Amino acid sequence: MRLRMPFGRRKELPSHLWTQCPDCGEMLFNKQLTRNMNVCTKCDHHFKIGARERIDLLVDKASFEEHDAELVSGDPLGFVDSKPYPQRIESARLRSGARDAVITGSALIAHDPVEIAVMDFDFIGGSMGSVVGEKITRAAERALAAQAPLVIVSASGGARMQEGTLALMQMAKILGALGRLGDAGIPYISVLTDPTTGGVLASYASLGDVILAEPKALIGFSGARVTDQTIGERLPAGFQRAEFVMAHGFVDQVVPRAQLKERIAFFLGALRPRADLRWSL
Amino acid sequence: MKELGTLLGTRSPAEGNGQVPSDGYLIVDSKELGSARVSAWEAVKLARDIHRPHALDLIERIFTRFQELHGDRSFRDDPAIVGGIAELDGRPVVVVAQQKGASTEENIQRNFGMPHPEGYRKAIRLYRLAERFHLPLITLIDTPGAYPGPEAEERGQAEAIAKSIDTMTRLRTPIVAVVAGEGGSGGALALGVGDVVLALENAIYSVISPEGAAAILWRTASEAERAANALRLAGPDLLELGIVDGLIPEPKGGAHNDHDATAANVKAAIVAQLDRLTRLTVPDLLVARYERFRRFGVVIEPAGEAAPPRHAWWKRVLGR
Repeated sequence: MRLRMPFGRRKELPSHLWTQCPDCGEMLFNKQLTRNMNVCTKCDHHFKIGARERIDLLVDKASFEEHDAELVSGDPLGFVDSKPYPQRIESARLRSGARDAVITGSALIAHDPVEIAVMDFDFIGGSMGSVVGEKITRAAERALAAQAPLVIVSASGGARMQEGTLALMQMAKILGALGRLGDAGIPYISVLTDPTTGGVLASYASLGDVILAEPKALIGFSGARVTDQTIGERLPAGFQRAEFVMAHGFVDQVVPRAQLKERIAFFLGALRPRADLRWSL
Repeated sequence: MKELGTLLGTRSPAEGNGQVPSDGYLIVDSKELGSARVSAWEAVKLARDIHRPHALDLIERIFTRFQELHGDRSFRDDPAIVGGIAELDGRPVVVVAQQKGASTEENIQRNFGMPHPEGYRKAIRLYRLAERFHLPLITLIDTPGAYPGPEAEERGQAEAIAKSIDTMTRLRTPIVAVVAGEGGSGGALALGVGDVVLALENAIYSVISPEGAAAILWRTASEAERAANALRLAGPDLLELGIVDGLIPEPKGGAHNDHDATAANVKAAIVAQLDRLTRLTVPDLLVARYERFRRFGVVIEPAGEAAPPRHAWWKRVLGR
């Protein structure tokens, strides 16, 4: 649908009705954008979406039951940058309505019970601190107890600086729990969305039994800016995009948002939990 | 049981994490340092001192008959990670370490201690070797971070680090990890999942370099000193946060002043820990290692919230 500047000058368009696609410049009618799963109708640009919207897209209607919703972060370091860390969390909460950067729960995907964790880039860049670490670890432990597959949808800039080395330790904590899950023969599907970088990619996001990515999602260990500065090299076009990462062998498939649910459902159907491999020492 | 206080959270922050008994070789309470405690920025400078003993300096003094093993068996040998089999007081062990250079020339060859993915894949190969023959694993951490260049991205830096951490979480042999100098983020943690994690007194361990944090938080790298303080990355901070179980004392003024004395202290600490760990069965080790990392993080859970249901509702619905 072509609606480029239908009422004259672009800046006069009421922004609550229209969104401009950052990729192709097309003016998109918000209602239609939402109906199209926040994918540009002209160029298929995948807009970032929040965790709640993502859950609605992926799980069977009304099947989601949230866990650990009340968990909030402490301030272990007494961290202050331009503002104290507790204030930063509070303003992120007021802005996004979420308590931290991940929502976890039980749900059905195409009638199959799963544990699911969905990250939200809108909350301090989707950064992984104690709450993200704890909620994802609990999700993995619940999946193990219930013998249900685990689905994690990542969207994160990496570990949360304001929690220092404790944030780093979340990587080992989560991988410990995912390791037990894998040893027990319970599938874990990792979905990488724009962006998945840093400590999140260098831990659970990279170790799914199946790893799916959304088209053109930024996926990389270090941000392109860091690489640029450290190395002083210009990076090739498409560097660290989902298709590039798949071509280099670290993602199984690039899946458009509209097909994501059915694709996950296919893998869940094929990879059944192996009850005979219960975790044991 | 020593671990119980840790699990119940009854220990005080100043007691380290209470996992390691004070045996004279280790500082397990940051108060012991007293006025000798250096500022975070001092620690950053000491940890990065080019004359500080690097991995091979320590390895040749701690172990006998070190035989280096090269290569990841799929791409190349990464000189930023060294590893091999050696003897510690006559007992065979596997050692894996990050290697910085002591000169510009050597640093270029060692890539300033910044491993490529193949370095981590070599580490994983050696971890598996240790497991197969049930040799204790000793790791020495000293890296500014994993190499962030484009070729490292293309070869899967993130996957290599993730797999290395993952392998260590369930490796069926005792692991002692020592932060010897700079513990730079995920690239350091890839060698850092130990049953016991120790640090030299002036070592640092951080989620991001102080310069990197300053550039993001204050938009200028010159605030690095402020960032170093805020990140609580120095040895005593790590002890108070429970990240490390004990600090290994350094000679007066820092490890660079006396490589022999530093290595002797590291050796004594490793030997004492291995004596303890090798008495434990593998299942006990793995449970304790899981719990050691499981409890990291400070979360507030409002009282009175229902525990997660034992059986999710869909199980009742589906009659499973």
